[in-house]
Amino acid sequence: MDNTENTSSLLDFLKGNFDQMPEQASTWAGQVDTVNNVITLISLVCTLLIVGAMLFFAIRYRRRTDNDVTSQVTHNTTMELVWTIIPTIICGFIFYVGFTTYRQMRTPPLNPLEVNVDAYKWRWEFRHDNGKKDTNLLVVPLGQAVRLIMTSHDVIHSFYIPNMRIKEDVVPDRYTYTWFTPTKVGDFHIFCTEYCGTGHSDMLATVQVVTPEQYKSYVWDRTGQSDADLSPAELGAKLFVKKTCNTCHSIDGSALVGPSLLGAYGRTRECTDGTTLVADENYLRESILNSSAKIVKGFAPAMPAFQGMLEESEVQALIAYIKTLKVDGDVQSSAPESSSATTNTKDVEK
Amino acid sequence: MSQAMSSTSVQEQPVENYLNWQKGPMSWWMSVDHKRIALMYFVSMFFFFLIGGMAALAVRLELFRAGDFFTPQTYNTLFTLHGVIMVFLFIVPGVPATLGNFLLPLMIGAKDVVFPRLNRLSYWLYVLGALVVGSCIFMGLDTGWTFYAPYSVQNRAAVILAALGAFILGFSSILTGLNFIVTTHKMRAPGLTWDRLPLFVWSLYATSLLQVIATPIVGVTLLLLILENAFGIGVFDAAKGGDPVLFEHMFWFYSHPVVYIMILPAFGIISEIVPVFSRRPIFGYKALVYASVGIAAVSFLVWGHHMFVSGMSNWARYIFSFLTFSVAIPTAIKVFNWVATMYKGSISWDTPMLYAMGFVFMFMIAGCTGVHLATLATDAHYHDTYFVVAHFHYTMQGGTVIALFAGLHYWFPKLFGRMYNEKFAKFTWLMLFIGFNGTFLPQFALGMQGMPRRYHDYPVEFEPLHAISSVFAGINGLAYVLILGHLAYSAFWGKRASGNVWNSLSLEWATPSPPPHDNFAEIPTVTEWTYGYGKAPSSEKANNPAMA
Repeated sequence: MDNTENTSSLLDFLKGNFDQMPEQASTWAGQVDTVNNVITLISLVCTLLIVGAMLFFAIRYRRRTDNDVTSQVTHNTTMELVWTIIPTIICGFIFYVGFTTYRQMRTPPLNPLEVNVDAYKWRWEFRHDNGKKDTNLLVVPLGQAVRLIMTSHDVIHSFYIPNMRIKEDVVPDRYTYTWFTPTKVGDFHIFCTEYCGTGHSDMLATVQVVTPEQYKSYVWDRTGQSDADLSPAELGAKLFVKKTCNTCHSIDGSALVGPSLLGAYGRTRECTDGTTLVADENYLRESILNSSAKIVKGFAPAMPAFQGMLEESEVQALIAYIKTLKVDGDVQSSAPESSSATTNTKDVEK
Repeated sequence: MSQAMSSTSVQEQPVENYLNWQKGPMSWWMSVDHKRIALMYFVSMFFFFLIGGMAALAVRLELFRAGDFFTPQTYNTLFTLHGVIMVFLFIVPGVPATLGNFLLPLMIGAKDVVFPRLNRLSYWLYVLGALVVGSCIFMGLDTGWTFYAPYSVQNRAAVILAALGAFILGFSSILTGLNFIVTTHKMRAPGLTWDRLPLFVWSLYATSLLQVIATPIVGVTLLLLILENAFGIGVFDAAKGGDPVLFEHMFWFYSHPVVYIMILPAFGIISEIVPVFSRRPIFGYKALVYASVGIAAVSFLVWGHHMFVSGMSNWARYIFSFLTFSVAIPTAIKVFNWVATMYKGSISWDTPMLYAMGFVFMFMIAGCTGVHLATLATDAHYHDTYFVVAHFHYTMQGGTVIALFAGLHYWFPKLFGRMYNEKFAKFTWLMLFIGFNGTFLPQFALGMQGMPRRYHDYPVEFEPLHAISSVFAGINGLAYVLILGHLAYSAFWGKRASGNVWNSLSLEWATPSPPPHDNFAEIPTVTEWTYGYGKAPSSEKANNPAMA
């Protein structure tokens, strides 16, 4: 991450991608780091002076006898004025550089590229202006100002890209915005930085900075969205990752936030309300669209309802995919006696 | 044991003191003696401190490695527990309820606080609130101690209970503040004018003002949160047309001043210890007083810096950043004065002074990193990362808790008439110093790298620093256990101490240690200020108060 060269001059130190800061990838990242390094440098000098003086006094004036002669000076107006005025000037200066740098971070140019950001527990949806949608992947063109118009569909989230040095809360029932101009091609982390529950630390996404040409072909590549030539199970497998089902549901039998989907289809389940049921297509459908209706015993009702967020065909594709997740040699994994459900899937597969 | 038995014999101990004045649990529970109430606060608070500390260690255990040790849900409950317990049950009552309660009447030459029974009610409310909050342990409260809406509108029963507990604790806080304000105004010994008042009393006074003025606001906020959860009134819940950012404003309008409720008394402790152990008058008494009151006043105008990235208007961000810098100046002045007090002093390296010097070091780090966070451009990067976590642990633990332990060691012989083992105390101080800095210095680097807070799992590049932090957290925790264990042991079986171990001049030492039930056989008359320490060079006139 840290590709600083060890240059020696103070100016380089102040300008540089010093210490632990992540790689600079936006127009103002360098300036933010300079502000940061100026503050850090002033802090280090002050701390060394104060603590140094304290230690020096502690050693130099260490008690020798119980009757040591000590200074009886109780105040010194000149000195007190000096150490009031100097920090005031330093603070004023730091405020000013922080303020001017931040003001441009809050002032997007006139015609930025606009991307809508929708935050859900626990994923990010990005919608580009031509309707291109993606989950947990924000593709942006190099060198172009991008303005993000953000809202949340449940609790407060916060949108943070360390490499761009930007962060802004994403609040339900209102739009907040942030913007940046990427200066480096590559993949960078997007974190959620406002605590939002069980999946908070899994609410990761990637911002992918590409060349303008690549961006154009990305935005106009709609194959991911029509998915006409895929089988339902193949489409389901893609959706399973894309809609971040895999954040909470494993396919290898290990329990994450939610139960594993390995061999889930056709299995007899005990619910939190004490009832038992067989996980057939209708149950899986309900569990996706109205997830809190029936909760498998031992799990919390943490999953958001996907009602209105999936096309019916997508729900069916997901179910088709879950059906393929069989335990080897599991006799139970054949279709349960539920004729209507079976017919449904067959319709899809046609 | 046998030694302890024999040492209770008449010739060694004052016949009567507040500890042996009455016997039996009820004599404590029903006591209106500020000293006994202070001790009960000590025991209850340190009990919760250890529980909160264990939750912190569990959190560090989870973060030792990337991947899961606990389930995400358990982790979220653990860090919430840690925050709620440490903030509401430990550090908010903190210094005022313990050392403040014990020392305020003694330092102003009074027999008790002005409303002793109100003081007892404060403690009872604290216990009640603590029990209510404590019951959330079993209900999976997972909102973080900040209860941000609308997330806090989803785990209803636990949030209602926690908010109710915090509401009750708020009343305990308000009543203590009220009691202290009136006590300071009405109960000072003859001759103890405001400009002779010990700085610890000044800092308690400033703190009490904050408690009385700011706490009702969080009371209102918590009440609204309870109503929101119970009846869905839709004040904060966006789904009902409410405004979640309003909750943040109301919450921080209290919770920023509360930071100074936590730290101002700590400043007061340091201002007492430095002159005593430097045998020198405190430097810049008036500046220290104005700084305390100034910080208290300014603290009401800076809450917006918790919300720089909350979606608040741009101009509000600019103005709050500007106002926030105004806190830095009185705080810096305090540090300068403490260090100046050591100049040409006669400095002993006894444990309380080591704690005080450790405080100055750690508080410098806390203050300087606070500047990074007050600056808008850098805060955008640091907000809600481990940089913030490290910063406020440097203020709260490196500041308040270290100062509390400084005071506890300094006034320990006053409290119990016994001494701790100096060598062991120094050893545990060093251990705490290493453990604490080793835990939180790496977290600044984590924050710089962009590690968000409240994550149960993290990308693997953050692992080395997390591992270091976790190892030192273990040392940090062990140090606290040793310190508290050692002090508890010494309270019963430590060597007997003389009445005024440190040759202090303030009034609390002008009575036997431990003090009798009524504090002073006769109310003293004060003719000099408190800080006439040391011996003047031959040209200067010695400045020794009459009560010495």
